Amino acid sequence: MKEIAQTTRPAGNYMRAVMAVTWKDLAAELRSRELLSSMLVFSLLVILIFYFTLELDVKARNGITAGALWVTFSFAGTLGLNRSMAVEKDRGCLDGLLLAPVDRSAIYFGKAISNLAFMLIVEAIVLPVYSIMYNVNLLNLGLIMVTLLGSIGYSAVGTLLAAMSVQTRTRDVLLPILLFPLVIPVLVAAVKASSGFLLALDISEIIPWLNILIVYDLIFIAVSFMVFDFVVEE
Amino acid sequence: MSPQPRALKVMNVLSVLLVLVAFLLAMFYAPLEKVMGEVQRVFYFHVATAWVGMLGFIVAAVVAVIYLRTQNLKWDVIGLASVEISLVFFLIAIVLGSIWARPAWGTWWTWEPRLTTAAILEMVYLAYLLLRQGIEDPDRRARFGAVYTLLGGLSVPLTFVSIRIFRTIHPVVIGGGGSEKMSMTGSMVGTMLFSIAVFSLVFITLFWHRVRLGQFSDYVEQLKMKVTQ
Amino acid sequence: MRCLLRKPKVEVEIGMIEVKKLVKRFGLKTVLRGVDFQVAPGEFVVLLGPNGAGKTTFLRILASLSRPSLGHVSVAGFSLPAQSASVRQRLGVVSHMPLLYADLTAEENLQFYGRLYNISAINERITAVLDLIGLAHRRRDMVRTFSRGMQQRLAIGRAVLHDPDVMLFDEPYTGLDQDASEMLDDVLKNVAAAGRTVVMTSHDLARAEELGTRFDILSRGVISASSTRAELGSGNLLTFYKQALAG
Repeated sequence: MKEIAQTTRPAGNYMRAVMAVTWKDLAAELRSRELLSSMLVFSLLVILIFYFTLELDVKARNGITAGALWVTFSFAGTLGLNRSMAVEKDRGCLDGLLLAPVDRSAIYFGKAISNLAFMLIVEAIVLPVYSIMYNVNLLNLGLIMVTLLGSIGYSAVGTLLAAMSVQTRTRDVLLPILLFPLVIPVLVAAVKASSGFLLALDISEIIPWLNILIVYDLIFIAVSFMVFDFVVEE
Repeated sequence: MSPQPRALKVMNVLSVLLVLVAFLLAMFYAPLEKVMGEVQRVFYFHVATAWVGMLGFIVAAVVAVIYLRTQNLKWDVIGLASVEISLVFFLIAIVLGSIWARPAWGTWWTWEPRLTTAAILEMVYLAYLLLRQGIEDPDRRARFGAVYTLLGGLSVPLTFVSIRIFRTIHPVVIGGGGSEKMSMTGSMVGTMLFSIAVFSLVFITLFWHRVRLGQFSDYVEQLKMKVTQ
Repeated sequence: MRCLLRKPKVEVEIGMIEVKKLVKRFGLKTVLRGVDFQVAPGEFVVLLGPNGAGKTTFLRILASLSRPSLGHVSVAGFSLPAQSASVRQRLGVVSHMPLLYADLTAEENLQFYGRLYNISAINERITAVLDLIGLAHRRRDMVRTFSRGMQQRLAIGRAVLHDPDVMLFDEPYTGLDQDASEMLDDVLKNVAAAGRTVVMTSHDLARAEELGTRFDILSRGVISASSTRAELGSGNLLTFYKQALAG
């Protein structure tokens, strides 16, 4: 009889595992759409609330667009992160993942990529909606790039912290408490860079913020990758 | 529980005495600062406590890495002690900073980079303590604590840098911001250095006490286990 | 029912489990206090013991999900935790949780695990496994719609997908109705017949007696008694168990 399990190069196996985890999350979500719909509805509600609570005139509103968007994304992001990890924990599926004959970090990357994908999908819908509702042109290449960079950093740290918080007694509640203090550089830099692009400032003023985003992303992807083992082992 | 070692008893006494001395120095020995007046004297303790809090932060981050490599629980107690003490010292520094800011610039709080970063750091510490509280298993608690401390150790400096840039590009109207350089005379420098040294001693004393407390509570847990099993 | 599990290779090391002086502590609490345990290839060991004895902890360590505090563990010739990945490739685990994703179909669940285990020709293998566990007709249905018994069957399918040499079952009969239990009996008998090495924990003494070739009792953190099927004779398992716990 032929060999059932073929040993391909370790690198091939790793990538296959990462893609498998990401695909699994996306496929399951496409079916139920629970995660995306709650993130989306929540985001749109927050944007509406901003309108009523901040009572801004058009001019002032333009100034805070970037801030309002990033507050929205951060909060909606925690919903997604929590849900995505809870699925694994509740049915014991995390064990299923840990039993795979592949380096634990593959699970981290798979989940981080799918979490990033969820955030990007929500952002892709919220940005045009915001544009229409507040008559601000958000289809700005620079803005999109900043959103991408910021979301990457957010997901990288968020996935790691969600893996931790889901194993504690307080679970969902703990994630924002853990995440927000650490993710401030991303928020500051993303908001400043976004504003910069929206107000069409000179690129030299925006570069420092982009640098911070890139540095943050690199550092935290690397550290999370190295440290993930400690978070899931027993 | 073993009685306090002689050295620790000596340090207890020294700490109290020297803090008093530092206080007297700050109040009477250091000269009056011409711009801000008496309230400036708060500055000595403010800087000293902030500096020592910083020390605690660095110790916590380093010890976190050591724990992850050695998996030896004694490093966890050290990390926890560093965080708790650093939390308190930074709190004192922030409060003193407010006391200084109010008469000097008419506001209790300024959003200057160091102060803001200190506040964020306090949030990181509180999150750390909440995280630990939610975990029963000591090994997991130590591991998660170490991971979070490490992440905080990397994120907070970045936060500081980003707020710095934030402030230089968009300076806030609130006067001064507290980061102006004062030119200091010899006796001022002396007082400040002395304060820093004294508070470092206080830190070590408190740290030693806290680590002993941690070990003692572990021992109590052990006894409890024996009795109930 | 067709048996699609190939015969094991002749090498001595495959399917062997060796545990020496295993200690597992959670903080100050010691759950396993120096367990010694050997399983030869092809044996079907049933691990019995009262609740809280540490059976699940022990199985989790064998499954590489938990690290030993002290002692030496090796499965299929590879030591844990150093060579975990190699162990996992040869290990199939069924616990009382199904480890399945509710929003995916049976096929998709198996495809997912197939990719994680780097199986080639996945779709054929899935067809074969679904036939083995009798779920071919539910291939495209979401696991959310499955009964507990069907989920457990699919979980077994997941566990044998990569054709492991060693299988660990942790209370697999929990919550199963009569039909599902009988189906599980069949699968386990097939697995045993194909020469796989099995360690199973169970509270169901009647079933254990039918399936096992050896019975070990885990009590107060150590293996307090062990007996092969031959030594025990038929119908004596309950007495043996009670004696071991009393002693």
